[in-house]
Amino acid sequence: MLVLPADCRGEIEAFVCKGYPYETCGVMLGCSEGTKNIVSSVRQLNNTNTERANDRFEMDSDEMFAVQEEARSLGEEVVGIWHSHPDHPAAPSQTDLDKAWPMWSYIIASVTKDGVAAMTSWRLADDEDKRFEEERVNDE
Amino acid sequence: MSNVTVRIPTPLRSMTGGADEVTVSGATVKDALDALGAKHEGVLSKVLDAKGGVRSFVNVYLGSRNIKALGGLGAELKDGDVLAIVPAVAGGK
Repeated sequence: MLVLPADCRGEIEAFVCKGYPYETCGVMLGCSEGTKNIVSSVRQLNNTNTERANDRFEMDSDEMFAVQEEARSLGEEVVGIWHSHPDHPAAPSQTDLDKAWPMWSYIIASVTKDGVAAMTSWRLADDEDKRFEEERVNDE
Repeated sequence: MSNVTVRIPTPLRSMTGGADEVTVSGATVKDALDALGAKHEGVLSKVLDAKGGVRSFVNVYLGSRNIKALGGLGAELKDGDVLAIVPAVAGGK
């Protein structure tokens, strides 16, 4: 389960709307309790895939290092990743699956010119096959 | 040989018994990663590929710099250095 406070959800929605029609991405900081990832804050990172920014994202590695260190300094950790799917459903693609890491929650926000159409969260299943399972999202 | 700390990202902590950092000894980054792999089975294959290079979707930092800018896995270590394994993150619709 992902615990995503309303203010953090609102920040992600603002980021993805502002970035439309391009894919935007970032991380969620917080803590993990068993299978529950609890978000305390979110950050936007640059999408360095400028050639295909409308359908791909790649986070800047220096920014990822910096945010990992920031989380550590706060006594927290990176608990998940968020990114947008402009004019596309809020479901993981094969590209998302291929590049996914275990333990993290992956928020996908479907965004159109009218705003956020849907937001879902996914996590790699804890079994032999590499596949995503949708997880519940609560605001507290 | 230098004593260094390796910081483990959340996705790999299941392989280090939950530890977020591991202390190892080594003269180079490669030595330190090998030592990490010897202590915690399974971690090394997530960081290095079959040819012994850093996997394309992982970055390794020595201090605040990517080892790509420091000569790669052969970069020399000194006592107290901190290595960080940083997952590369990508995807798309």
